[in-house]
Amino acid sequence: MATGTEPHPQRPGGVHDPSRAAIAARHLRTDRWWLSPAGTAAGLLAFIVYSTWRAFSNADYYAAPYVSPFYSPCLAENCVPMRGGPNLDLFGSWWALSPALLILIFPLGFRLTCYYYRKAYYRGFWASPPACAVAEPHASYTGETRFPLILQNAHRYFFYAAVPVAGILTYDTVLTFRDGHYAWGHMGLGTLLFLVNIVLIWAYTLSCHSCRHIMGGRLKHFSKHPVRYRLWGWVSRLNARHMQLAWASLISVALCDFYVYLLASGTVTDPRIF
Amino acid sequence: MAQVERQQWDVVVVGAGGAGLRAAIEARERGARTAVICKSLFGKAHTVMAEGGIAASMGNVNDHDNWQVHFRDTMRGGKFLNQWRMAELHAKEAPDRVWELETWGALFDRTPDGRISQRNFGGHEYPRLAHVGDRTGLELIRTLQQKIVQLQQEDFKEYGDHEARLKVFQECTVTRVLKDGARVSGTFCYERESGRFFVLEAPAVVLATGGIGKSFKTTSNSWEYTGDGHALALLAGAPLLNMEFVQFHPTGMVWPPSVKGILVTESVRGDGGVLRNSEGERFMFDYVPDVFKEKYAESEEEGDRWYEDPDHNRRPPELLPRDEVARAINSEVKAGRGSPHGGVFLDVSTRMPAERIKRRLPSMYHQFKELADVDITAEPMEVGPTCHYVMGGIAVDSDTAATVGVPGLFAAGEVAGGMHGSNRLGGNSLSDLLVFGRRAGLHAAGYASEGGARPVVSQEQIDAAAAEALAPFHAAEGAENPYTLHQELQTTMNDLVGIIRREAEMAEALERLAALRVRAARAGVEGHRQFNPGWHLALDLRNMLLVSECVARAALERTESRGGHTREDRPAMEREWRPVNLLCRPVDPPPADPAADRIVLVRTRTEPIRPDLLALFEKEELAKYLAEEELCE
Amino acid sequence: MTAYDARFRVWRGDAEGGSLRDFTVEVHDGEVVLDIVHRIQATQASDLAVRWNCKAGKCGSCSAEVNGRPRLMCMTRMSVFARDETVTITPLRAFPVVRDLVTDVSFNYAKAREVPAFVPPEGVAAGAYRMQQVDVERSQEFRKCIECFLCQDTCHVVRDHEENKAAFAGPRFLMRVAELDMHPLDAAAEAGLDRKRAAQEEHGLGYCNITKCCTEVCPEGIRITDNALIPLKERAVDRKYDPLVWLGSRIRRRSDSDPR
Repeated sequence: MATGTEPHPQRPGGVHDPSRAAIAARHLRTDRWWLSPAGTAAGLLAFIVYSTWRAFSNADYYAAPYVSPFYSPCLAENCVPMRGGPNLDLFGSWWALSPALLILIFPLGFRLTCYYYRKAYYRGFWASPPACAVAEPHASYTGETRFPLILQNAHRYFFYAAVPVAGILTYDTVLTFRDGHYAWGHMGLGTLLFLVNIVLIWAYTLSCHSCRHIMGGRLKHFSKHPVRYRLWGWVSRLNARHMQLAWASLISVALCDFYVYLLASGTVTDPRIF
Repeated sequence: MAQVERQQWDVVVVGAGGAGLRAAIEARERGARTAVICKSLFGKAHTVMAEGGIAASMGNVNDHDNWQVHFRDTMRGGKFLNQWRMAELHAKEAPDRVWELETWGALFDRTPDGRISQRNFGGHEYPRLAHVGDRTGLELIRTLQQKIVQLQQEDFKEYGDHEARLKVFQECTVTRVLKDGARVSGTFCYERESGRFFVLEAPAVVLATGGIGKSFKTTSNSWEYTGDGHALALLAGAPLLNMEFVQFHPTGMVWPPSVKGILVTESVRGDGGVLRNSEGERFMFDYVPDVFKEKYAESEEEGDRWYEDPDHNRRPPELLPRDEVARAINSEVKAGRGSPHGGVFLDVSTRMPAERIKRRLPSMYHQFKELADVDITAEPMEVGPTCHYVMGGIAVDSDTAATVGVPGLFAAGEVAGGMHGSNRLGGNSLSDLLVFGRRAGLHAAGYASEGGARPVVSQEQIDAAAAEALAPFHAAEGAENPYTLHQELQTTMNDLVGIIRREAEMAEALERLAALRVRAARAGVEGHRQFNPGWHLALDLRNMLLVSECVARAALERTESRGGHTREDRPAMEREWRPVNLLCRPVDPPPADPAADRIVLVRTRTEPIRPDLLALFEKEELAKYLAEEELCE
Repeated sequence: MTAYDARFRVWRGDAEGGSLRDFTVEVHDGEVVLDIVHRIQATQASDLAVRWNCKAGKCGSCSAEVNGRPRLMCMTRMSVFARDETVTITPLRAFPVVRDLVTDVSFNYAKAREVPAFVPPEGVAAGAYRMQQVDVERSQEFRKCIECFLCQDTCHVVRDHEENKAAFAGPRFLMRVAELDMHPLDAAAEAGLDRKRAAQEEHGLGYCNITKCCTEVCPEGIRITDNALIPLKERAVDRKYDPLVWLGSRIRRRSDSDPR
């Protein structure tokens, strides 16, 4: 049967291993398989650029009664004083950089080790694999068996940390029911944005795979733990939408920050509802 | 002289479906070194297609159930032609066989108190079928497969070799059972991948090859169902029993062609689906036979009320026994009132809301959505009868599963006859596999361990088998295409020995089969022996032709209608035929002329039913079935 | 009923080499890719090797790659392709080829043997097993697996890195570990067998980077990644990387020995 054969291409090991069907192409997909990883990469890149700029800018993150979620809680002395707001001066005056850097580590770590985002950037940035049944360009692969990627196993600690952060953002959202003079019982467009954002943040946080495991996934007998089984069921339903929630909350948090920037920089004024 | 590898085993099991794997497990656990040989990959057997469940009178859902009730249901379903001792053993042992699966890791659906849940099914008096959704067959195969792996892991610990005492030869085919005098001495096999021949020498061989559906055009059976075990037994000298009984399921898919024959589960009708012809008429009301008139609704309104209130209304005629429904569909299509693709319409879309359909019939919804692009919540399905199961098979001893007249040859599962009489109840096949698979393995291992000299495989037999297997490569000019022959065989059997049979048509079928045998002797293939499907088919043709001849000849002989054998010219069930078994025996020596008959029919009387088992039935009921002289006894 | 001629490219060859061959084949309404392969067999190349069995998506035999995507040929309808599209069919590209569309899938059977079987609970007789439906449902989902090995084929860990085959069981068999670990009556722990630890240390769970191709190709719709692999990773974290859980289990083990 070895008539009219194609020679085996050079790099053995993967789909071009000599034992496998001799097909020169790295893949034979005819659909636009590159669209999804390209879109993912573009979206993540846009967020990284935006959030880096905002995190280092150390300005325009407070416009009463709104505090940017990038800067909350604000852990250094150089923070803008926010009346009733999340000023928690744990670091004192020696911290001279943007206070956002102190707190962003936690949500960043949570998202960096998140099972969905891992898929997204492994595919989008590292092409490991670029798409299903499309050969990856790397000569060797050890996955998450070694340092540093073995640290992905720490995801649940970031989940633990993400919960209080989400709590503080909830507090911030409550504070948005004030007007620019700190009088309670008001709402503006920002309040609505913050409300949507906090719902998405919680939904994303609670839909986390580690949370699902902690709630009940680790049990062997659901029937002996009816309450945890019910919690697990709820989290499982959210978890099915983890990807959508990851993106929605990423966009909403950036939007909230951008809105605060627009207010603080005086570009727009907050339309008040009542 | 063919140089082939020879291996020595104690028991060789041919077939790796439910019966084969259960036999292998038992033989190995009894200490026999056991080889399993199967045509497909390990774990792909046709058993995975079984949906409904495993019938076993565990009484988990209704505690009135017991083996006697199950026995009674089985005998009624088979119209009392069942080998009663098999039906008795089956009913008694099925619960243990199911429970044992749990200790091997099976996960059945549960009752609220944590026991195995059981569901209702046609012909079973109580909820009796242990099930896992609608994939019970898959669960059965996977459990047995994993049990075998577990035994191999044990052997690995002990001997450093997974296959020291239990080996699966996957993607291999057996073409001959070899004999030393009267005794079995092994099997002649080839590896499908390489075409390499090899011989497994063993004093005991268990045939567990399943059915014969691939001789028919429309069938729910997979390509493997070419009647190999039936033919191997015949060629080794063991007779087949009551081969005329072939079950046609009334509702198989007829469209698209790729899935023609695939089952549409009975529960579609049970849940409210109705059958209509091309004129939109619910035709089943015209087909209620007199004996059933009192039990079935006379109007659509009454039939519809039954679903809600079964105590005060009679059931709709869509729920008549399988053979009645199949016959009615057949008549409608013949009368020109069929659907565009030669079936009738089965409609649930106008009967219940889409949500309910999706909830109650999830697998049917997906089956039609994915395979036919038909949304059954919005439009009707097209269905027609499909060849489903063969009740006939190798004649066996009820207790030991040993074949008649060939020491060392055993048979279990669909390939064995007798258990189901003339018609099988849903759910009884999976339990049959387990009960008699185990018995075959047990007795094969016992037989193999009886001292004495091991039988010897002679070189002449190997040479003859090798020459036979290689013949398709040496076909002269004008060789026949095996695919064409297969299609013609399927058409012949489907049209002439199908669901409704007539004397003249069956006689014609026998002539056509003879002509096909002549042409099959000239079947030729291209290419070489490495994974060559044309060659494989050419070899399977021998088996299908042989088995088809048995079916046609026995069907012609039995001048009555009973269970899976319906004759238009003999529409009634005749009590005088109740105690008659039709045995197909090979013509010995085999004729050289391919046109000559290969088998002869022999009538034998069934063994009288044991009195204590007869006592389980009412006198009036027995009077409907048993022949005059049997009643006197 | 309409028929048209479609163009196909089918890989033919063996371990020595091979190539894509062109075929023009008649296609009828309602057919699937496997029908076309059968028509090629019956009319143009009787020795075209292909594995198939039930033709209803229930046995998982006819796995191949259609237009570069791992699929069951019996479940790929021709109607999803444009009539002028050339359909390319190749064998699975993660396994050694035997001939034409048939590959050597023995890797999977070897891996199956490496997963320790179900350990029946001691002192519970057959027939006395009691399990609640909510407790068996998770494992039941995994037992829907028809072993088509498409997940094993698409997983880049072994597809793109032959050398990882020794250390990595693949999604199908990691899912098998998860199935057993979630089985309500599996007594592996009592028998001194730690499936969670073994998943990481012996079956290569760490190689999985949860890129979800296994879930994407699963014809049974099993959520392999979300329901088996990630929960298994979390269970391995319990054992190996979570000092809190470790501490908690030490304390609890002292107070009671009842398994959760």
